[in-house]
Amino acid sequence: MLSTFVDELKGMFPGNQLLTSKAELIPYESDGLTAFKALPRAVVLPEHQSEVIDIVRLCHRYSVPFVPRGSGTSLSGGSLPNTDGIVIGLNRINRILELDAEQRIAVVESGVINKNVSDAAYPYGLYYAPDPSSQAVCTIGGNVAFNAGGAHCLKYGMTSNHVMGIKAVLPDGNVVELGGPSLENVGPDLVGLFVGSEGLFGIALEITLRLLPIPEAYRTVLAAYPSMELAGDAVAAIIASGLLPGAMEIMDNLTIQAVEESVNAGYPIDAGAVLIVELEGELSEVEEEFVNLQEIINKSGAYNVRSARNQLERDLIWKGRKGAFGALGKISPAYIVQDGVVPRNQLGAALAEIDSLSEKYGVRVANVFHAGDGNLHPNVLFDNREEGMLEKAEALAGEIVKMCVRRGGAITGEHGVGMEKRHFMTDMFSDQDINQMLKLTNELDPHGIANSGKMFPVDRMPGI
Amino acid sequence: MLQPKSVKEVQEAVNTASTAILIRGGGTKTALSSSSGTETVIDLSNLSGIVEYRPEEFTFTALAGTPLVNIIEMLAENGQWMPFDPPMAKIGSTIGGTLATGLSGPGRYRFGGARDFILGIKWVSGNGEMLSGGARVVKNVAGFDFPKLMIGSLGRFGIISEITLKVFPKMNSFGTVEWDCGCIYDAVAFVKEMTRTPIDLFALDLEPAGIVRARLGGLSTTLNNRLARLSDYRDGASIILGDEELNLWEQLKEFLWLPHDCSLIKVPITPDLIPQLDTCLADSQLHRRYSVGGNIAWIGWSGTIEDIDTLLSELGLGGLLLIGESGTPWLGTSSVITGFADKVKKALDTEGRFLPL
Ligand SMILES: Cc1cc2nc3c(=O)[nH]c(=O)nc-3n(C[C@H](O)[C@H](O)[C@H](O)COP(=O)(O)OP(=O)(O)OC[C@H]3O[C@@H](n4cnc5c(N)ncnc54)[C@H](O)[C@@H]3O)c2cc1C
Repeated sequence: MLSTFVDELKGMFPGNQLLTSKAELIPYESDGLTAFKALPRAVVLPEHQSEVIDIVRLCHRYSVPFVPRGSGTSLSGGSLPNTDGIVIGLNRINRILELDAEQRIAVVESGVINKNVSDAAYPYGLYYAPDPSSQAVCTIGGNVAFNAGGAHCLKYGMTSNHVMGIKAVLPDGNVVELGGPSLENVGPDLVGLFVGSEGLFGIALEITLRLLPIPEAYRTVLAAYPSMELAGDAVAAIIASGLLPGAMEIMDNLTIQAVEESVNAGYPIDAGAVLIVELEGELSEVEEEFVNLQEIINKSGAYNVRSARNQLERDLIWKGRKGAFGALGKISPAYIVQDGVVPRNQLGAALAEIDSLSEKYGVRVANVFHAGDGNLHPNVLFDNREEGMLEKAEALAGEIVKMCVRRGGAITGEHGVGMEKRHFMTDMFSDQDINQMLKLTNELDPHGIANSGKMFPVDRMPGI
Repeated sequence: MLQPKSVKEVQEAVNTASTAILIRGGGTKTALSSSSGTETVIDLSNLSGIVEYRPEEFTFTALAGTPLVNIIEMLAENGQWMPFDPPMAKIGSTIGGTLATGLSGPGRYRFGGARDFILGIKWVSGNGEMLSGGARVVKNVAGFDFPKLMIGSLGRFGIISEITLKVFPKMNSFGTVEWDCGCIYDAVAFVKEMTRTPIDLFALDLEPAGIVRARLGGLSTTLNNRLARLSDYRDGASIILGDEELNLWEQLKEFLWLPHDCSLIKVPITPDLIPQLDTCLADSQLHRRYSVGGNIAWIGWSGTIEDIDTLLSELGLGGLLLIGESGTPWLGTSSVITGFADKVKKALDTEGRFLPL
């Protein structure tokens, strides 16, 4: 059955768009979560939306599982291949179809790189707000599938808050158009439901995005603290003051050291924590808010405060933050990034608990996270060449996830459930909740072929 | 009519209903909440109250039947608000009804609509189960986004019983600049220019005669300078402040401009399509407003629903009948339900206990 399927696929793609040899498949065996590996039967690289539709229809006809893949930067194993299925690589479906500056809309194909949208909008004084740290490589399709966030969610929300329309091919091969070019809608918010569906509802082909005017002014402050606790308290104080910064990010000492070694962003190397706060908006408002912000920070126990005086200095501050995961990759052979969320008043306690868990397991954890919305990113650092270390790291990561739920939070704030957190869904949702979600996937994907095996605990998946 | 006082009673009501269930919150959207006589009406006005409010977290959880005014008041005591300006609060809308209808007011322009503020929900499904989606924290992507799906779902998938929303610090002063652009064409062109201004507009509305209003909110210390700067965008600006300003937006939000004998229809639109729609409507001397930077048309209609349905279809627009006779609420192109919605309906309301799509 599978070989006839592959033959038909070869008939459709006689050239180099179809990869089947082991050497060609290896680059696709993992995504950003390199601890997980699996080789697919084939990788197909469509160049037109119609080809994607044909492939999905073929998969449906043969009941062959497919994994949609953008740039493969998922940190939760979302684009991990299925050993008896194919990977549909979407990087070549990458045209910006429309940029309507007057109505502030961009219509893009799903393989368009996140940052390319802002680059294209730049001449019109516009930009695309969601900015995952991977924005120079990740795709809008991957962002949509995971409802990706970034450093600037506090004020402007996640991917979902910026997607107005989606054209998608459902797992049964039907093509649907959800939402449209208006900011408003009538009827159930189907776009909202599709965003964050992690590839289980099929493949997004075309996406209508909302663009925003580029803020007139920024004020970016880097404050160094002797401890994480003080940095956390500063975040709470800023939020309580009624300020609404565009971003608030914290990094711990381990991360600071890694960042300094790798990109030299000028962070104080001895700091227990650094906090980045960025105000953005209209010049006069930002300047006034900046006065308030300085007052709060001056009282917060920071021992070194630096404000960017120009775009170059602002870029430098952000370079360290955006390069943090990469930098940690250089000080550790492998890492698992956790993505749990806690209520903001629990930040300090949650960080302390992570510390003691790290000690208990004897495994290093580096923290770099979106403090403004309570979204932690503990990076569990380990050596995967050492026997049993992956299991140990996974156990520690698991305890962190459960701790977030126990504190009234969530298992993932932006990286998605994927492969890696599927066993924790039952910590957050009841059996009935999960059954309802499964019922929906069964209705949309009767053969269970669209990114199957992800998001739900294995024992709950029919046919796996 | 059933009036459950607890979630348990909602579950019982669902289990015992013998005809399709129609859900009513405050009853302010008459076209959506009046029974034709055959449905089982479940009225949620007794399922009311704040479940949790954590000002320092900028989130709250309320039962679906909680009146908007109670929530607005509670938030205001802590200098907070729902910046999407939920409409029809004064006439008794509930939080559940507002979200199930998917309504946002002029403030939607700046920070997004009801859909952008919902974090979590609990709902009672067609087989009486209590289900939940989302979470109570401001950021979460675990599981399918059922909270967003419920926005605008008009009770077709289940009975929302509890809602968690995020809120924002409230701006401490407001001011509005008004221009008379003379006609709808010039007004739309000007609105499109204004949507790209680096000035942080809180709301941007226009009226058929060519009036454009841009609202600013923010610190009181900078407001006057900002208003002056905004006025420079075009000759003939007038600045509105104080109570007059508050009342102006209040009457838009509360639809005080709508004559009693008119139906109210919400039409999602883009600025480019407004002149065409407006020309079609101008013949019949109608009352209408264009809000959210030209992304919503609110139409007061005194003709038959069939006529407006046809008109919207011809223009390729969809609409939602809010106030008027009950019947099919979705008008124009929005009545063409995609295959996707049908499947969602089948999965969430398999036995068809709630009204059909
Ligand atoms: C260094 C680094 C920093 C990061 N920083 C952030 C951050 O700040 N915020 C954040 O949210 N994430 C971050 N991520 C995670 C990751 O970049 C995002 O999840 C991103 O959205 C994935 O995009 P991608 O194109 O790489 O998708 P992939 O990894 O290829 O796929 C992600 C998921 O989407 C599915 N998918 C892909 N394309 C489609 C489509 N067209 N239709 C349907 N499903 C599809 C896949 O099956 C998979 O489940 C980071 C990752 C790295 C490596």
